[in-house]
Amino acid sequence: MNLKIVKYNAGNIQSVLFALERIGVQAEVTDDIEKLRSADKVIFPGVGEASTAMEYLKARNLDKVIKELKQPVLGVCLGMQLMCAYSEENDTQCFGIFEERVLRFDSAGTDLKVPQMGWNNIYNLTSPLMENVGENSYCYFVHSYYASLGNHTIATTDYTKPFSSALNKNNFYGVQFHTEKSAEAGEQILKNFINLEPRP
Amino acid sequence: MLTKRIIPCLDIKDGRTVKGINFENIRDAGDPVELGALYAQQGADELVFLDITATVEKRKTLSELVNRIAHKINIPFTVGGGIGSVEDVSVLLANGADKISVNTAAFKNPSMLNELSKEFGSQCVVLAIDTKQEEDGEWYVYLNGGRTKTETKCFDWAKEAVDRGAGEILLTSMNNDGTKKGFALDITKKLSVNLPVPIIASGGGGTMEHFTDVFEQGKADAALAASIFHFKEISIPDLKRYLREKGIAVRL
Repeated sequence: MNLKIVKYNAGNIQSVLFALERIGVQAEVTDDIEKLRSADKVIFPGVGEASTAMEYLKARNLDKVIKELKQPVLGVCLGMQLMCAYSEENDTQCFGIFEERVLRFDSAGTDLKVPQMGWNNIYNLTSPLMENVGENSYCYFVHSYYASLGNHTIATTDYTKPFSSALNKNNFYGVQFHTEKSAEAGEQILKNFINLEPRP
Repeated sequence: MLTKRIIPCLDIKDGRTVKGINFENIRDAGDPVELGALYAQQGADELVFLDITATVEKRKTLSELVNRIAHKINIPFTVGGGIGSVEDVSVLLANGADKISVNTAAFKNPSMLNELSKEFGSQCVVLAIDTKQEEDGEWYVYLNGGRTKTETKCFDWAKEAVDRGAGEILLTSMNNDGTKKGFALDITKKLSVNLPVPIIASGGGGTMEHFTDVFEQGKADAALAASIFHFKEISIPDLKRYLREKGIAVRL
C-alpha cells in the first residue's frame, strides 16, 4: 500500500500516523506532487484556519493537484472543509469538489458551546467508507464550522442543526470528525478507506 | 447528541502513575501506558496525564512517555505538568499529544496563552486552574500545585485566559479535591454558563451521583477523576451506564 499524507501548514499529523500504525499501515508525509499523484491513496488532514491553509496550498499548486487526483482521497476535519465549495471562515473559496458549503455554528438561543468539542454520534450512514460502522456510532469532533447537508452527505450529525459529518463524491471522501481519535469507529473507517479499490 | 465526557487523570511521577491526597501518602497505581490503554478500552472519553516529576531530565522523559502513550491510545489525550514554552509544546505534540495543559506558567506569563493558541490552535490549549474558596466566599487562584495563593479571583483569570485563546478549562477545586464528597458545583456552573469554552470539573468525585450532579447542576462539559478509577472504586462502564439511566448523554 502506497499511502501518502499531504504535508502543508495545517495541524499536527503525528496522531494520524500513529493511528495508521495501529492498524498496520505505514504512510509517508509529503508535499511532492509526483509522489502524491502516484500514490494508491492520499489522506488530506488538517487542523487550523481555512484561508491561511488555502493560501499555502495555492502557492504550491497543491489545490489543483489534489482536485485532479484519481485515487481515493480522504479529507479529515479542515481537510474535508477545504474540499467543499466555500467556507465562511474568513470568506474562503475552497476546492469545490463537494458543492456543500462550510458555515459557522450558530448557537444563539441554545446552551451549546462553539467549538463543538467531544463525542457525538453519526447516523444515516451510506457509502463503502461507512461499512461495518454502526448507526449512531460515536466519533470525536473539534470544530467551529460545519459542512451543510447535501447530495454528497454520507453521514449526518446534529449540533445546533443536522450537518454533514462525512461526504463522498466519486473518489473523494471527507470526514469532519477525527478518525484517528475516534476509538473503534474511527479505526473501522480508516480500515475501510485503506481497503477501497485503488483506482476506478 | 454531544455527550458529557468522563476523563480519568493519571498523575505521573518518574514514569509511574501515582495518587496521593494533597501530595502526601503517594501510592503507586501502575504503568501509565497500560492504565491509559485499559481506560480507553473501557470507554473513557479522553485521558489527562499530569507529570509531577521535578528533575532536569524531565522534558526528555516526558516526551518519550507521550510517544509510548500515543502509539497505544485511540482517544484524545492531554499532557500537562511544568510546560513553560512554545518549544515544550512542539515537542509534546510532535510525539503525539493532542492537547497540552498549562497552569502556573500561564498565570505568570499570560501572553503564553496567546502564543500557544496562535501557534497550535485553541483546541489544543487547556488552561488548568487550581482554585480555593476562602472565608470571604470568593474563589481564588492558587499556583504551584496549590501551594501558593494569589489575590486573583478564579472567574477573572478564567475569563482572561479564554480571551487570550485557552480552548478549554480544567477546573480543580482544592476544597473538594481528595474529599470524595462531590464536585464544587457553584464555581463550575459559574464558569460553564458564562464562558464559551468547555469546562472540565475536577476534585471531589466520589460517588456516581456526584457525576450526575456536576453535569446537571454544575453544567460541566466533562468530569475528571483519578483515584476512584485507579483503585477500582467506580468502573467507567458502570458509571456511564448509571449516567445514561439518569438521562445524561454519554458515549457507551
